Amino acid sequence: MNETSDLLLKRPIRQSWFSRFQVIALAALTLVAIVGKFYLPRLIPHTEWLELPLLLTIYFGLMKHSQISSLFFGAFVGLAEDSLSPANLPIGMYGITKTLVGYFAASVSLRFNVESVVIRLILSFFFYFFHAFFYWIMRRALLGQMVPFDPQETFVHGALNSAVAIPLFLILDRMKLSSTH
Amino acid sequence: MEALLSRYRNLTVLLVVVVAQLIYLAYQVKTNGDERLIRVWAVTAVTPMAGIVEVTRRNTIGFLEDYFILLDVREQNRRLHADNDRLRMENIYYRNQLSTAVNARALTAFQQETPSRTIAARVIGNSTVATAKAVFIDRGFTSGIKKGMPVVTAEGVVGKVSAAYPLVSQVLLVTDPTFKVGVESQKGHIHGVLNCGTGQCAIEQIQNEDKVSTGEWFYTSGEDRIFPRGFPVGTVVSAQPGQGMKDVRLNLSGAPGGVEEVLVVQEGVHQQIPTAPPSVDESSTAMLPPPPPESKGAEIQSPKGQTQADQIMQKYGILGQEQKHVYGGYGSNLPNFNAKPEGQPLPGGENKAQSPSSPAAAQAPAKAAAPPDRPAVLGARPSAPVPHAVVPSAPARPSPTLPLGAPRRRPAQTQQ
Repeated sequence: MNETSDLLLKRPIRQSWFSRFQVIALAALTLVAIVGKFYLPRLIPHTEWLELPLLLTIYFGLMKHSQISSLFFGAFVGLAEDSLSPANLPIGMYGITKTLVGYFAASVSLRFNVESVVIRLILSFFFYFFHAFFYWIMRRALLGQMVPFDPQETFVHGALNSAVAIPLFLILDRMKLSSTH
Repeated sequence: MEALLSRYRNLTVLLVVVVAQLIYLAYQVKTNGDERLIRVWAVTAVTPMAGIVEVTRRNTIGFLEDYFILLDVREQNRRLHADNDRLRMENIYYRNQLSTAVNARALTAFQQETPSRTIAARVIGNSTVATAKAVFIDRGFTSGIKKGMPVVTAEGVVGKVSAAYPLVSQVLLVTDPTFKVGVESQKGHIHGVLNCGTGQCAIEQIQNEDKVSTGEWFYTSGEDRIFPRGFPVGTVVSAQPGQGMKDVRLNLSGAPGGVEEVLVVQEGVHQQIPTAPPSVDESSTAMLPPPPPESKGAEIQSPKGQTQADQIMQKYGILGQEQKHVYGGYGSNLPNFNAKPEGQPLPGGENKAQSPSSPAAAQAPAKAAAPPDRPAVLGARPSAPVPHAVVPSAPARPSPTLPLGAPRRRPAQTQQ
């Protein structure tokens, strides 16, 4: 293996990340992200593409390294979003999707160095695309709703969310570091 | 078994959580039941911030928008001031009719005009699902909102109430992929189904043989049991023959995505499809025709140039030009003010200005150099009638009252 692969595959340095991270702050951030998705398009137009709850789920999964905790976190975030979704969408659609995202994010974090910016960028984009595509599949397969899926638009939105994810993850890292001092 | 579960503990938990949610989801779909309690809790917990967010938005984003479009606002303000002045003048004649239409917004006017019973509401939040088009409005079932009620604006349809909570309601927009609206064309009364699921709104189920032209208006047909018949939906952008069905693209007139104030139709009343396209321009004010001239108020507030004095001045100006008289000019001949202007229709006030009360004077020779019966200078005291040089030999006969501008009978030349 060369240096790059070593860098990408090495285990993360801080194993006890979550113990140092303030759980209350994370819960508050999650609620703000969910409520922000409700109000943000009213405050700032054309921001419907921003998936802050998804980015938090990805971040939690990547940094927690625990598949069970991450999938429960994803389920909680998804079900909270479902409760604010249109009434024609039953509760559980986002729950299932984000459960899988949390689980897979935690699984990936066991293999890769998820503190690398490049890895985070790629993973954020991948999980956004997976999230959108799986949600579309579920609407078609489970609900029989023939909603369109625009790969180009999803690609652009994924890139934008990835761009937002990098500074957001850095800010969350800083919060974690500041709590250690 | 225990060893297997402990070995694949994470995967097992994942499967259990996903399957549990799937079963719950299937239960909702099977029973077609809305998990009202969970949604009520969530919405009630989130929506109290709506007022704060709206105030923040108006004072931040709205302020910035106003700042950057300040020139437009000034221009619009000037135009509105001019409109306001004009409308005040109109209001003298049509005070009762225009009092609401002039001052109210288009939405209020529409609300008062439409036969359906409506209630105004304001959009306060969006849905959390990016692909689903839904918004929240600040009226709930405490205001009489019920699930399934249509939501419209004066410009067009917006959506329907998909869920009603105590203080807010959720509105599924017509642009949602799962929303269909029954529509009807204005000219040919061709029925179709509006579908905005593909990103661009299209009207489906229209035969290729049906005639739909570009720019034609579509209205709600009332067949969807949601919207009453007769609400504007939009105009046709393109209509081309397709495979089996005609491919008709529509431009929504209501702009449901960016709407801020809406009307929830509580009791819909079907209307006829109007023959004329609806007016969607809020800036333009519908001007009623000018008041009838017989009205007493019309003489007081008649437009510029149409008063009795203006008509006299206009007539004398024409006479002066014809007789080459310069008013105020030194050495100019005295014009004959009793002469009839050539090639010019007499103004409406001619009878009062020219014809004296005596019918005999109306039959006086046109070329007689007689002083005018009325003062040439406005405001001058009318002098006593001067004995005329030419006196009609025949006794004056009462002539019938002629309408304004009608040709008068000239006196017979043989009498001279």
